[in-house]
Amino acid sequence: MAKTFVVALYKDEEVLMKAVKHIKTAGVKITDALTPFPVHGLDEAIDVPETRLHTAGFLFGLLGFLTALTCMTLISTVDWPINYGGKPNFSLPAFIPITFEVTVLFASVGMVITYFLRNGLSIFNSTEVIDERITDDHFALLFDATEFTDEGMAKVNNILQESGAVEVNMRTMEKYKNLNR
Amino acid sequence: MGHNYSSPLREPLVTGNKSYHDVTEDICKPTETKGTPMWWLVTGIAFFFVIIYIISVIATVWKGIGMWGLNKTVGWAWDITNFVWWVGIGHAGTLISAILLLFRQKWRTGVNRAAEAMTIFAVICAGQFPLIHMGRIWYGFFIFPYPNTRGGEGISSLWPNFNSPLLWDVFAISTYLTVSLLFWYSGLVPDFATIRDRAKGWRKKIYNVLAFGWQGKAKQWQRFESLSLVLAGLATPLVLSVHTIVSFDFATSVIPGWHTTIFPPYFVSGAIFSGFAMVLTLMLIVRKVLKLEDYITLAHIESMNKVIILTGSIVGIAYITELFVAWYSGNPYEQWAFLRNRIADPWIFGPLLGVEEGQHAPYWWAYWAMMTCNVISPQLFWIRKLRRSIAFTFFMSIVINIGMWFERFVIIVTSLHRDFLPSSWSYYSPTIVEVGIFTGTLGVFFFLFLLFAKFFPVVAIAEVKSILKTSGDQYVSDFKEKDEQFLEKVSKRELIFENGKSGGLVPNPTFKK
Repeated sequence: MAKTFVVALYKDEEVLMKAVKHIKTAGVKITDALTPFPVHGLDEAIDVPETRLHTAGFLFGLLGFLTALTCMTLISTVDWPINYGGKPNFSLPAFIPITFEVTVLFASVGMVITYFLRNGLSIFNSTEVIDERITDDHFALLFDATEFTDEGMAKVNNILQESGAVEVNMRTMEKYKNLNR
Repeated sequence: MGHNYSSPLREPLVTGNKSYHDVTEDICKPTETKGTPMWWLVTGIAFFFVIIYIISVIATVWKGIGMWGLNKTVGWAWDITNFVWWVGIGHAGTLISAILLLFRQKWRTGVNRAAEAMTIFAVICAGQFPLIHMGRIWYGFFIFPYPNTRGGEGISSLWPNFNSPLLWDVFAISTYLTVSLLFWYSGLVPDFATIRDRAKGWRKKIYNVLAFGWQGKAKQWQRFESLSLVLAGLATPLVLSVHTIVSFDFATSVIPGWHTTIFPPYFVSGAIFSGFAMVLTLMLIVRKVLKLEDYITLAHIESMNKVIILTGSIVGIAYITELFVAWYSGNPYEQWAFLRNRIADPWIFGPLLGVEEGQHAPYWWAYWAMMTCNVISPQLFWIRKLRRSIAFTFFMSIVINIGMWFERFVIIVTSLHRDFLPSSWSYYSPTIVEVGIFTGTLGVFFFLFLLFAKFFPVVAIAEVKSILKTSGDQYVSDFKEKDEQFLEKVSKRELIFENGKSGGLVPNPTFKK
């Protein structure tokens, strides 16, 4: 579904952070923010909830840990027990290295896949770039244009200009996907 | 944001008064221009060695392991030496990208991308050797535990031995390669987006695919940072485990010279030591050829040289501990292995320690090459001038890598060539095929790295931008590198700044509340 946005561009992250405060006190809702590098505190400032990616990582790690330990135990004690110099078939110390490696493998692979899926990143994306300067040196704030009346739009424009925006544009996005959940 | 505070004692990490746009320009430029004649020449030479590699491997696989100089006692030599050497080199990349991220070392941002690339290429080279040594390389997949029909009648499969360090190695190396690759690529995605947004035509199409549709949304960055942090947390114990497990290949055996409990920390520090040397070799060339002196500064080089002092000293202590324990244990086999197989040279230490004339250690030259390169030479970096000298650092980085190669050769070959049965004692020397495979992997390594340097962003663009306000030279104006008086005042805590503020640590003048 096509969506129209007001895009305010800034040239400095400190100005951007002040602008976010200014805009929020003026009562305008910020839909999204795009930056060339991670700006600390910006996610909190525009009310993006904390990510749960690390929880996914932990769960994948746990899965790897259990998989490795269960498989090695069953293979060595049930499927094909072999006598290694009279040592017990279930030899936990010898299983530790592989258990550790598989835990790390599952946690990282699982987490990276989750990261790509949740962030909407894939090689099949035909990217809709909002502004090509955002990956260079411009910081953008997005506002849902449908929320504003013509009068409101003029007011918002004023607020944005006041807040230090170097440019304010309108932009229609064909496939905008809100990630801020 | 409170982040823009930097100690005035810190050296700038980005010089040349760069803006965000300059950072983009400088780092993207090599990917956007045609390869220089120098690049083509060096890549051509590297490719020549790739061909040598292919020919040598074909010779080995075609005729068998008999093409190598192995014999009854020395059952593995150059192949495992090269394997351990390459894996070790890889360790520096993970140390820089993961451990230094956890320690919040900002100088990491200038070199982490290239160091991680180096890790991946080094591990690829390392992985070749155990595979080729299998002889029948097409059965390589037998090492993975999967349900199979090789177990004979019934439901049982033939499984690998989970108690063997060699199998632990399989898991360690393959996990290490996978995690390094993921870590590296997830960091590359935003930078590919930067190149994508500047590119035109078919280049835009390619970088569009590589960038995975990155947009730089706040949520994307939030997840990006969470991912980097957790992957760093996972990669840190992983990298320590990898060389620990590699050292288990030797330490769990009962061969004198291998059966040593200090092997894991000794191998890990040796790995980081040699890895940093290789990072320096590569980065000193890269910063010059790609004109990135403003991003890979003398401060970066000095920091890396400090890591070399630390890890080199640990390696030195490990060597001496090994000798001490051999003597102190009173174990005659252990003492023989160290004195008569390694230390005893024909002229100085041999006669001094009472070794008869003509009975000197066959591989004494390898042992003393290792001692000189790894124990003595890194200590020279205590001198600040040498730490900051590019020519000296470059020379030392090569010396250290030669030394670390000899370390593995000494551990492996000298421990094996005289076993418990004196009638089978022998002297090992490599054949042309083994030399071909080793120089071939050097070719593969440099070939891959040169391709990387040409088509990928060599410095992490987004990460450098994120430290610019704290480490760019225009923001760290109080630092005066060459002012000796200033440094003396710093050490005596008698600092008075031009802006009238005094005391040890004060916010720099650009700090805004």
